[in-house]
Amino acid sequence: MKILVCIKQVPDTTEIRIDPVTKTLVREGVPSIMNPDDKGGLELALQLKDKFGAEVTVITMGPPQADVMLREAFAMGADRAILLTDRKFAGADTLATSYALAGAARTLDWDLIITGRQAIDGDTAQVGPEMAEHLGLPQVSYVAGLEYDGKSFTIKKQTEDGYQILQFEGKGLLTVLASAFKSRYMTVGGIVDAYNKEVEIWAADKIDFDESRLGLKGSPTKVVKSFAKELKQPGVIHEVDAEQAVELIVSKLKEKHII
Amino acid sequence: MDNTQYKNVFVFAEQRDGVVQSVALELIGKARDLAADLGEKVFAVLLGKGIAASAHRLIEYGADTVIVVDDNNLKDYITEQYTQAMYQVVVEYKPSILLFGATTIGRDLAPRIAARLGTGLTADCTKLEISEDTKEFQMTRPAFGGNLMATIMCPNHRPQMSTVRPGVMQKCAPDASRKGEIINFAPKFDSSKFSVKLIKTVKEEKASVDISEAKILVSGGRGVGCVAGFDKLRELAKVVGGEVSSSRAMVDAGNMPHDRQVGQTGKTVRPDVYFALGISGAIQHLAGMEESECIIAVNKDKFAPIFAVADLGIVCDLNTVVPLLTERLKKEMAK
Repeated sequence: MKILVCIKQVPDTTEIRIDPVTKTLVREGVPSIMNPDDKGGLELALQLKDKFGAEVTVITMGPPQADVMLREAFAMGADRAILLTDRKFAGADTLATSYALAGAARTLDWDLIITGRQAIDGDTAQVGPEMAEHLGLPQVSYVAGLEYDGKSFTIKKQTEDGYQILQFEGKGLLTVLASAFKSRYMTVGGIVDAYNKEVEIWAADKIDFDESRLGLKGSPTKVVKSFAKELKQPGVIHEVDAEQAVELIVSKLKEKHII
Repeated sequence: MDNTQYKNVFVFAEQRDGVVQSVALELIGKARDLAADLGEKVFAVLLGKGIAASAHRLIEYGADTVIVVDDNNLKDYITEQYTQAMYQVVVEYKPSILLFGATTIGRDLAPRIAARLGTGLTADCTKLEISEDTKEFQMTRPAFGGNLMATIMCPNHRPQMSTVRPGVMQKCAPDASRKGEIINFAPKFDSSKFSVKLIKTVKEEKASVDISEAKILVSGGRGVGCVAGFDKLRELAKVVGGEVSSSRAMVDAGNMPHDRQVGQTGKTVRPDVYFALGISGAIQHLAGMEESECIIAVNKDKFAPIFAVADLGIVCDLNTVVPLLTERLKKEMAK
């Protein structure tokens, strides 16, 4: 079995702050991480590698700095890593991103494509399903479990009020939940390996793209403005002991006619 | 692309087991505003099997026209079947705007259709509006985990597609006397593409209400610490008739199930009272709860960002406050 895992390097959004004066994003000092759902997807691929000897290729589209994340994937156990990097890809929305990734996927050999459900910097959950559409593949999103009997995949898909069991044979694309696949740590041997292995760098001309569909040019959606969210006016803060705290809460609940 | 051929505001009227989902009615409410600003109509698209009776409900809530696709292939939601049906509706009726609920179904279906149509899709919008001067459709959404808001347009492609999370838009008051048109549409299905089979659907027993429907939420974060800590919160919730929810940290740690998570990657809630107990208030959490009517925050750290949105902020250890508060409220309720 050959598996292609799509991963993305993202800023750790829990570490992002807004500059109170300029109202812009403070990016300095914000660590870049492998997107958590993508890491869950890589974990699923590596579990299949452990069980069935699958060959795992990771691919990302991003700036040259994404090399670090691909080496982390090597250290976890990935066999091959591809970095799609070119100014022509820049400014891509989800449709242009999925077009580029699907184009790259067409030149590779795989039985299964795995992506994370969504990336924490955009939270769109679109690139996986859009790739599946470009490639004409069946998709299952929100994957929380998977079994493979040598012929068909049986998948547990999480829903709002429970789960579904879905099944398909042949090639397909899955989008995976991080919470269902707790990722393994890098091994010492893996880390050493990670710097001996080669990350393949692919520019746009490596693939027969329709360039009008790449990057900003190929993106139907345009960001026309961005701004910091106005938070509402805070109420009063009391530093009190537990008894006083209870009094304050009870009077607030009475004021709101809850009790 | 000739944009002038495309008009009217369409809503994917999501149903499950024949029940129209609340988010569909909320979207129809929003679609009414947009259609009024554009001088266009609101269409609801209802896909399923044996669902035609729900069409009137969509009209009561504000749809001018309901397109019904009643077909055995659409009995249960499966990506390809629904994509084929919805795609053909769009090609036939050419909407200018197409809205989906940002549910597990909407977020699975909408990108598939957007890619098939080659158009743009904006996820999880919190504000949809028509600009006064140019009559352009503007979609605003949080980005970077809720740290920034971005306004997005889809100027040269149609339809302009967006998803909106449940609980964000407001329903219209239903009007049983409202009149509308119902159209039955029969798409042609290509069953050779139906490769995914649904084996079974399992509903997990829930003794509790969906947190986005709860009037009172008792929400715990890192300060609660462990599974046992949540038992105390459950007791408090029981006394006030509320539900227990939590921050992402507690879900990631496995202390709470995912359907209890409030925030950017969880659910958007706006209860009458939101107790934020031991929740520091990362921006992605605030994004999911700051619209609550009244926020009561208890946290040991007086610099916790949660206090910036709290109506009542208490710097104290929740583990001492919660049991006392529960006892006190029991007495209040008994009065």
